[in-house]
Amino acid sequence: MSQKLDSKIPAGNLADKWTQYRSSVSLVNPANKRNLEVIVVGTGLAGASAAATLAEMGYKVKAFCFQDSPRRAHSIAAQGGINAAKNYQNDGDSVYRLFYDTIKGGDYRAREANVHRLAEVSTNIIDQCVAQGVPFAREYGGTLSNRSFGGTQVQRTFYAAGQTGQQLLLGAYSALERQVGVGNVKMYTRHEMIEVVTIDGKARGIIARDLVSGKLERHFGHAVLLCTGGYGNVFYLSTNAMGSNVTAAWKAHKAGAYFANPCFTQIHPTCIPVSGHYQSKLTLMSESLRNDGRIWVPKAKGDKRHPNDIPEEERDYYLERRYPAFGNLVPRDVASRAAKERCDAGYGVGSSGMAVYLDFRYNMMNKYGRAEATKAGIENPDEATLFRLGKEVVKEKYGNLFDMYKQITDEDPYEVPMRIYPAVHYTMGGLWVDYELQTTVPGLYALGEANFSDHGANRLGASALMQGLADGYFVIPYTVGSYLSKEIHTKAIDTQHEAFEDAEKRASERIEKLMSIQGKRSVESYHRELGLIMWDKCGMARSEAGLKQAIDEIRALREDFYKNVRIPGKINEFNPELDKAGRVADFLELGELMCLDALNRNESCGGHFREEYQTEEGEALRDDEQYAYVAAWENTGEGWNLHKEDLQYENIKIQQRSYK
Amino acid sequence: MSDTLNINLKVWRQANGNEKGKFESYQVQANPDMSFLEMFDVLNEQLIEDGREPVAFDHDCREGICGMCSMVINGRPHGPKQGVTTCQLHMRSFKDGDTVVVEPWRASAFPVIKDLSVDRGAFDRIIAAGGYVSVNTGNAVDANSILIPKDVADKAFEAATCIGCGACVSACKNASAMLFVGAKVTQLSMLPQGQAERESRVVAMVNQMDAEGFGACTNTGACAAECPKEIPLSVIATLNREYTSAKLKGR
Repeated sequence: MSQKLDSKIPAGNLADKWTQYRSSVSLVNPANKRNLEVIVVGTGLAGASAAATLAEMGYKVKAFCFQDSPRRAHSIAAQGGINAAKNYQNDGDSVYRLFYDTIKGGDYRAREANVHRLAEVSTNIIDQCVAQGVPFAREYGGTLSNRSFGGTQVQRTFYAAGQTGQQLLLGAYSALERQVGVGNVKMYTRHEMIEVVTIDGKARGIIARDLVSGKLERHFGHAVLLCTGGYGNVFYLSTNAMGSNVTAAWKAHKAGAYFANPCFTQIHPTCIPVSGHYQSKLTLMSESLRNDGRIWVPKAKGDKRHPNDIPEEERDYYLERRYPAFGNLVPRDVASRAAKERCDAGYGVGSSGMAVYLDFRYNMMNKYGRAEATKAGIENPDEATLFRLGKEVVKEKYGNLFDMYKQITDEDPYEVPMRIYPAVHYTMGGLWVDYELQTTVPGLYALGEANFSDHGANRLGASALMQGLADGYFVIPYTVGSYLSKEIHTKAIDTQHEAFEDAEKRASERIEKLMSIQGKRSVESYHRELGLIMWDKCGMARSEAGLKQAIDEIRALREDFYKNVRIPGKINEFNPELDKAGRVADFLELGELMCLDALNRNESCGGHFREEYQTEEGEALRDDEQYAYVAAWENTGEGWNLHKEDLQYENIKIQQRSYK
Repeated sequence: MSDTLNINLKVWRQANGNEKGKFESYQVQANPDMSFLEMFDVLNEQLIEDGREPVAFDHDCREGICGMCSMVINGRPHGPKQGVTTCQLHMRSFKDGDTVVVEPWRASAFPVIKDLSVDRGAFDRIIAAGGYVSVNTGNAVDANSILIPKDVADKAFEAATCIGCGACVSACKNASAMLFVGAKVTQLSMLPQGQAERESRVVAMVNQMDAEGFGACTNTGACAAECPKEIPLSVIATLNREYTSAKLKGR
């Protein structure tokens, strides 16, 4: 049934593959680069870094984003940090260890060669960002500062307070704008890609919609790079930005690109809980907080006392209890499930009972307060002094996060523990790509969160920024050359070509169809309903019966959408409701595929937890015999065909993941 | 906290940049824990249900970092609270029965697209003129070979936290962009990496700022007072010093 997927992993030792590839890949000479056009869709870390770098190399680049400026892409909201195997802390880190942690953290469902390459280039990323003027946190001696993230026992995370993503993106954005300024990149803001154009099986351009005028535009490119992020918004409530969507990736999927492991979604353990039905999004509290915050619930069920009144011995620090080796810094999937387990068992806190405490008091007083008191020569400091001194340190490390928490909840986390609960955050699944980041459509590439390749079934904290920038700065500039070196004889194709004509027609018919429905329900209401189905049945815990039911419900909802949705306004104007309708229409199809994939995978691994497959202690139970493969789905127009890429582990002993 | 707030909204409606705009009044029931933008979501759902046009407004991350949201609320960019963006303003800052007036950023360099959405492309063009360190990918030395004293790094970071929302321009009676430009110039002029083009940068950015039609600075300080990231007014002093020094050197 399945055509063989060629992952194009280079031969040779794992540690030499990338070096050898780089040294032998075909090059494009500078004169030819000027005649080759590359389209980059999305301007987050992957897109901005790719567009800037390709333009620096001499390619003609067109970049697209749906926001009003490339600087708004959702990478901007990443908080905690970026991993790199620099071993600046002399704590035993190495490229191999970062590679190992990532494979293990991903519960042995990622591709070895890609992950090793990621670990290798991680060190170049930090160098590049510092050279751009990214103001990372530093020690008094002027060296870079590090902290820890989940699933690791070294300190390899570089950061800029709680807004690392912002600083990294502004670095990549400034590099991009520099190329815009010199005319090497043409930037299209408030544009959404809504079709991939293929000619003779190769990606040759896109149809984009100008969101201000509503007009459709045709753009030719010798290659098309999708850097369009993840699809977490299929759940409606997530930590994604409101505009984050799957549309570009989904159109690529419909144009022939396989979609891999769609059910692998990351539920982040520390988010501010849902407060009401009007809620439009959820806000993350960075994983870095778990360096100094301890997670607990009361030992007694339904304990309604104020958290500060519950004595130490009546608190259950359940992560420290269950996972002594990693404690509060277990990977995200493990921490999320443990929180759900406690809340489902009736130990949750807050008015809904669907929250746990993240408490900074102990480390604020004892770790930082005491250290500062010693520095200041204060003997036997009292509680108030420890609190005051410790608070200053915590403020410097996480100030913006604490402010954000207070803004949203009206509670001061310096005084009372944060209340947190898991929420949808990231999608490990995405477009299937080979070692060169090329999808199954020649000339069409996927970078960053939009592809599936590096994080397996669970991503480690501070690795998304690493992957986005690795793909954009250091991988695609080489790998795209392998394709473009064979395209130097292809002249720019006139966009009057019938393939462009047809693609534009498909897009405009779709839009007209949506606008003609004029039913009764808002787009938002469909999105919200889809999100509930996904969260209940394809969220933190999944079961065969639930998934089957979800598929039926999604199909029914989709049918109703095309009968009853109401989109106000006109096509050829600024119409955010129409933009949203197109995105929700795609989510309504993606949701079904996610459930199908979850149903197919009769095992639990990483973020994918099937209730039928768990150990006696409630941990994920993998089935390596049957499921050590990437599930790559081909869209047939009527449904999906499954193709399998077997995962080979030649350098790592595959074993039961343990953080105890 | 589950009390309902009845809010009388007066919202600026403008079909596009060519049409004249006007205020329209709406009644919304809000919950105190809602964000200001969620209150607008409720209003828009209501308008759609009634078969009317929803209000167009810019927003994306809704956690105060992307810089896309941009409403002037009761005459103040991002509303009455200090140091927050519109998306992080919550309805508990208002009282039952309040009348709330909502307008777009108003500046000729930020033309209105529709209702509360404006075009801030001018900011991108200022950055494109010089708001960067010219270093191609692959040219970097080991990160720890550039030592930067902690206090310098912290100050550069403080300036770099600007989210490019444009509240400073909106708050200024002259629609000056000096706080925005000053923040980027301050960040890059302090760091060793940015020294080679320190002078050409500031001149290019100021020239572009002028070309975009932003007004002059009269040191009123409204920009810093309304900045959701609390970028200090001192970045404007730095900008002036950097510009003068570059000009004196014949740039």
